[in-house]
Amino acid sequence: MTKNKSFLDIISENRFIHILLSILLGFLVGAVFLVIMNLSVSAAYGRLINSVTSLKGFSYVIVYSVPYIVAGLSVAFSFKTGVFNIGAEGQFVVGSMAAVCTGILAGNLPKPVLIPLCFLAAMAAGALWGIIVGVLKTKWGINEVLSMIMFNWIAFYLSNFIAGIPAIKNDGSAEATKNISDNASLLFSKDFIKSAGLAPTANWGFIIAIIATLLVWFIIEKTTLGFELKAVGSNKFAAEYAGINVNRSILTALAISGALAGLAGALQVMGMGKRISIFTSQEGFGFAGIVVALIGCSNPFGVLVAGLFYGALMYGGSKLNLEGVPTQLINVIVGTVVFFIAISVIFENLKRFKSRSNRNAEAAAIKKAEEKEGNKK
Amino acid sequence: MKKIIAMALVLCMIFALTVTAHADDKIKIGMVTDVGGVNDQSFNQFAWAGLQALAEEDPSFEVNYLESKTDADYQTNINTFIDEEYDLIITVGYMLADATREAAIDNPDVKFAIIDDATNADLENVACLTFAQEQCSYLVGLIAGYMTQSKTVGYIQGMVSDTMNLFGVGYITGVLEACPDATVLQYNANSFTDIAGGNTAAKDMITKGADVIYHAAGGTGTGAMNACAEAQIWGIGVDADQAAVLNNDWIVSSALKDTGAGCVAIAKDLKAGEFKGGEHHYTLADGAVGFATTGDHIPADVLEKVEAAKKAIIDGTLTVPTSTADCPTFTLG
Repeated sequence: MTKNKSFLDIISENRFIHILLSILLGFLVGAVFLVIMNLSVSAAYGRLINSVTSLKGFSYVIVYSVPYIVAGLSVAFSFKTGVFNIGAEGQFVVGSMAAVCTGILAGNLPKPVLIPLCFLAAMAAGALWGIIVGVLKTKWGINEVLSMIMFNWIAFYLSNFIAGIPAIKNDGSAEATKNISDNASLLFSKDFIKSAGLAPTANWGFIIAIIATLLVWFIIEKTTLGFELKAVGSNKFAAEYAGINVNRSILTALAISGALAGLAGALQVMGMGKRISIFTSQEGFGFAGIVVALIGCSNPFGVLVAGLFYGALMYGGSKLNLEGVPTQLINVIVGTVVFFIAISVIFENLKRFKSRSNRNAEAAAIKKAEEKEGNKK
Repeated sequence: MKKIIAMALVLCMIFALTVTAHADDKIKIGMVTDVGGVNDQSFNQFAWAGLQALAEEDPSFEVNYLESKTDADYQTNINTFIDEEYDLIITVGYMLADATREAAIDNPDVKFAIIDDATNADLENVACLTFAQEQCSYLVGLIAGYMTQSKTVGYIQGMVSDTMNLFGVGYITGVLEACPDATVLQYNANSFTDIAGGNTAAKDMITKGADVIYHAAGGTGTGAMNACAEAQIWGIGVDADQAAVLNNDWIVSSALKDTGAGCVAIAKDLKAGEFKGGEHHYTLADGAVGFATTGDHIPADVLEKVEAAKKAIIDGTLTVPTSTADCPTFTLG
């Protein structure tokens, strides 16, 4: 009995174990689906593991995880500061478009100038997208979740519009922007990639992602600004009473969160994509950021690991078809993981229920014993 | 705590069982879709259906596909097949032209085929599979020309490019052949995804008197077909048999383009050791293009004339122009 109790205690008290367990459960549910579909569990998961553990595979995972990590940081930052940045998707899109436009139109600038310029443009665009929503919220009290979802679509169609402008549009028949100038590319040199046996898209993005992680941690934990933002996140009214300007804090939080999402977009196109196609559906990097932030407990370093995990699932998952396994399996796994993380409440209730039923059982036993004694008498 | 460890161990065991390698004497063909995915009811789906049928019929082929979720996945997916040592990698659609080119130059020993793109025809290891879309467009043009009462028909194109213009050239030539004094209203939507825009364009044509509208515009065209059904005038679909796919009873016919036929042909070439780079053109004679009769809305006398024209094209007694210069009525190019 004490063993059971401690099991639940561990889950509810230790976030890390709780998340690890959720991930295991995700894979377990995935396995159940595989069995139902009459597919080999070992083949599917074997492929998943094999494809991400080789050097080349792992370099792919890193490449894939960069936008997820930074988008995750964006959402995690907003969680810490009490706003829910569901608009990371739109900020990601405007950020990547700003980076692409800069990378095309200013393509002649030398690399050391152009790359920071692209980052700045992307972060400014993402921050602007966040601030607009922030102003709507602080000035007129419009719920940020609603306006952000709408701004995601505005970004979506704005990006499609810009991709169709002659100066930006692909010269060939592809419905996409031109490729960004090589000067804006974060790719490692081709010779290095070949000799090291890395993924052809291996790039410097991961270094930027690590720097961003450290920076976010520093802002949240070590600065007055971070303290103020966290205070607003914990209790708006207490923060206001303490003399913190709540509206300004919300705007700052949204701007930083938006800038991070924009940076994620820039890293995606400057590292991997090179261009943006005309969207037919949302690519979902920003939404993935929410998942990553959730798995990473909104802790910057947790997000870094969660982003790698997510990138591994995305890259490994793309190969599942080769084993005859539908790639949607990955969605099942991710969905289950998020589900179990989100329902931590259930573990709490389970614990409470357990202790109550224990008490009931004890009471019943005592009653029974008493009755027995009564009968004897 | 023990339970957690037990659970972790169970999972480790599942992971530890690695993939069993299977015998590798098959001809492996990998297909990379564009972001439309493998169930796009268009070229991805047909290409995959063709390959699947091929593998069923001839067990020496092993076929597989990878779906691209974003524009950035093309390169990764192509490289996955390269790493798995596939014998032929088929990329579906001109969106993959750049990624295919890059991979083909970096891996000269790997063979590629790309659907609907001719820009890679200069590479020896890339077969560019193109389709005689002007032929099927000509046939549905005949249908439109014979069936119009108002002598006004509409045409919506998704984009202006040499390959896309073929649809318009074929269609308009067909319409004018059947009805020399017909007016062809033409519209370039500049998008394959603008359903609302296609709808508006079609409605505009209908107000101007059009009673048959053909589209070569993907999703934009779906909007146009909806407008046709609403106004109860005839629409003509493209690529797939759209009367069946869209379940739209006002689609009189569709200009069919079976990308699977091209994939199968190039796969058979590969097996026979006759794979050649450059442009491979598939026509009515190969059965790779055609027109649909689902719904039986085409009057018997019209059907007869269209079948006759089809036969003449296959025989070579009738050639459909392939250049905008031969079709002055076409104004979009």
